[in-house]
Parts: sequence; structure tokens; C-alpha cells
Amino acid sequence: MQKYKNPNQHLIAPGHTACPGCGQLMSARLVLDACGSKTIIANATGCLEVTTTKYPTSSWKVPWVHSLFENPSAVASGILAALKQKGLDKEITVLAQGGDGSTFDIGFGLISGMWERKENILYVCYNTEVYSNTGYQASGATPLDANTTTTPPDKKSMGNAFIRKNMGEIAIAHGCVYVAQTTCGYPADIINKVKKALTFTGPKYLEILTTCIPGWGVENEMAVQMGKLAHKTGIYPVFEYYDDEYHVMKIPGEPLKVDEYLKLHKRFKHLFGNERGKEAIKQIQNIADKNIEKYNLK
Amino acid sequence: MKLKYPLEVNPGTTITNKTGGWRTQKPIVDHEICIGCDVCRKVCPEGVCFPTGEKNSKGRIFYDRDLDFCKGCGLCAKECPVSAIRMENDFK
Ligand SMILES: Cc1ncc(C[n+]2csc(CCOP(=O)(O)OP(=O)(O)O)c2C)c(N)n1
Ligand code: SF4
Ligand code: SF4
Repeated sequence: MQKYKNPNQHLIAPGHTACPGCGQLMSARLVLDACGSKTIIANATGCLEVTTTKYPTSSWKVPWVHSLFENPSAVASGILAALKQKGLDKEITVLAQGGDGSTFDIGFGLISGMWERKENILYVCYNTEVYSNTGYQASGATPLDANTTTTPPDKKSMGNAFIRKNMGEIAIAHGCVYVAQTTCGYPADIINKVKKALTFTGPKYLEILTTCIPGWGVENEMAVQMGKLAHKTGIYPVFEYYDDEYHVMKIPGEPLKVDEYLKLHKRFKHLFGNERGKEAIKQIQNIADKNIEKYNLK
Repeated sequence: MKLKYPLEVNPGTTITNKTGGWRTQKPIVDHEICIGCDVCRKVCPEGVCFPTGEKNSKGRIFYDRDLDFCKGCGLCAKECPVSAIRMENDFK
């Protein structure tokens, strides 16, 4: 018997089936706790949905709806319309959320519509940089040269041939009132950004880079470390954008070289110990350097 | 299993699924070293690190974890700023 009793105060209950150490579940719990119990969630298909709602159970302690992979944004719009009818839209937060596959690719059009309608919804993307739940296929968020099940490196290929989409900038271009990026390396920053986002009325987008343990090929205890390294190398800029201005989280000290981050993943293992890999790493360093310059991260 | 549409279930009911059985290592918290910083509570993907409400000899409220659900990922041990948590083999 355990001596101390778990007060179980989080709005996501334990007993979910995410992999040990999952950065996405850690982040989702922080997001929902920051939103508070007066929240209604529309969730896309993906690990977050599958691991928390094994029928006939649910981890969620707030109203939570899943319909399709691509439509949490549209479902959230419907929820908001109903709340408006009831005069409850000022007191209840509507949260739409999904993985990178649903956000960057499959639900992209519907998200664009939600933003066009300027709806007062917070959309959170948990960016694992792959379609985690179906076995790590490349998505529009997968970084250059990553080894995924659809982009295996071989004689002709170094892995994923494309540079990832910049969804944060796409949200800004839609005129979202609040856009932010952070990583699962900064739990306190996740909480602050959700709270800040909710002070704005209108469409809001928060993207959190979240470690997928098997998808990235990292150890169970590495989620926070990886999130921090993605920021400190410039690979993943951490910023907020509101009132026409960027507010960035500066990299403490000199930015680290991208190898420091890449060498810890199995998905980038093929870049080490060969000449072609060296060239590829240079290109990734170049992307990071451009981020550092563009977002003024130093 | 017979499904009843629409598929509606009660909130927080995964609590019946004790994931502690997944574990091969378990975190041991040294209550005397713990400074009550809340880091383990923030990072635990299961959300099962918590303040016990009791104070150690230094007057700090120390933390513990719920082994019914802890999957033994080691994140709390790795992130604890004062190394109050260590991982140990969990023989069942
Ligand atoms: C329209 C449609 N296409 C494909 C699928 C199969 N599918 C279910 S989960 C999933 C992957 C989800 O990936 P992502 O959105 O990145 O979330 P993650 O699992 O990484 O959290 C896929 C492809 C589906 N359910 N619906
Ligand atoms: S596959 Fe990845 S995203 Fe899905 S539960 Fe496991 S670690 Fe989390
Ligand atoms: S080992 Fe992992 S699951 Fe267990 S208490 Fe620590 S962070 Fe939570």
C-alpha cells in the first residue's frame, strides 16, 4: 500500500495508454489544467485521442468530443455557436486540438476556415513531427532528412526531402489574434502561453513541439531535454506573436550546434559517420541559423 | 463488446486502468532532499506526481508519486533539479 494518497487534481486522469514518457500527454495535461474546468474540447484523431479514450472509458474530466481526424476546428465552431445561443460563450473556453498530421495536412482547410471566420477558439497543435498514431509516417511538420516509415534513407535519399511547413507563420497570415510556439521542454512556458492566449478574444493558435518517444527514437526520460535542445539550437523557435509584434524566448548563451540535438535521435542516425550526412547536417544548421536570424533568437 | 451510440462515457474513467504494471523501473523519492519545487508534478506524463502536504525536517512540503499508474519513464528523476528521485529496478 502506498503511504501518500494521490489527490488526482489534473483534468486528464491517469490510466491512459500513451507511451511512457510521452511529451504530448505531458503537454496536453498542462494545457487543459491551464484552461481550467470550464472548457469544452474538440479533439482530432491521433495519439492524444486514441490513448485517452479507450472505450468505454475516458481520461478527460471536461466535456470532450471526437468526430473525425480532420474536423476538430469545425466541431469547435459548432460548439461555440451552441454556447452563443445559450449565452454561455463568455464563460466557457472552447479548445480545439490535434496532432501535426491533423493540423498541418489533413485538417488544414477546416482550420483555415475557422480562422477566416475569426472564431473565439484556441487551437492547440501537439507537434510530434510525424503521424505518431499510425506508425510514424512523414507529415507536413516532419523536418528535413528525418527517417520516417514513409521517408526511409537509402542510396538515393537522406530521409524526408522537404523542409517543414511553418504553421505559426500561416496562422499569423490568417490574422490570428494570438500565435505562439513552444516546446515540451518548457512546462511553465506552456502554462503561461495558454493563460496569455485566453486573454485574447478571437482565433488563437498555439503549437507545442512534443517529443514522440518511438517516432523520434529517443529514450523514455528525454522529452524535456529534447524540447529544450530544439530551442537552444534554433531548430524550433519559441515565440509569441500578438498586437503585430513578436516576443521571443532568447537562446541562453551561444546557440548550440544542431548536431547536439540531432545525434540523440534514431531518426537522424543516418546523418552521422558519412560524408553525405555531413553535408545534410550543414543544411540543417543553415535552417537553424536562418531561424536565429529571422526571429532574433540570440 | 456491444456498442451503444452515440458513444458516451463517463469522465475520468481511465482510472480503472492501472498502468503501473507497465513499469520495469520505479522512482524512489528521497523526501529529505525534495525541495517541493513542483517540477516532477509538471513533467510527469501520467500526472501522478503530487505534493504530499507533509513537511520534511527542512520545513519543505515534499512530493511523492502514485505507483498504481507510474509507468517508470524516469522523466521526474531526470528533471528533478536536486536529484531527489532515483530510478530503481522494479521486481514484481
Ligand atoms: C481521414 C483520415 N485519414 C487517416 C486516418 C488514420 N489515422 C488515424 S490517427 C493518424 C495519425 C495521427 O497523426 P497526428 O495528427 O500527427 O497525431 P499524433 O498521432 O502524432 O498525435 C492517422 C493517419 C483517419 N483516422 N482519418
Ligand atoms: S507514439 Fe508518440 S505521441 Fe503517441 S503515445 Fe507514444 S510517445 Fe506519445
Ligand atoms: S517515472 Fe515517469 S510516470 Fe513515473 S512518476 Fe516519474 S514521471 Fe511519472
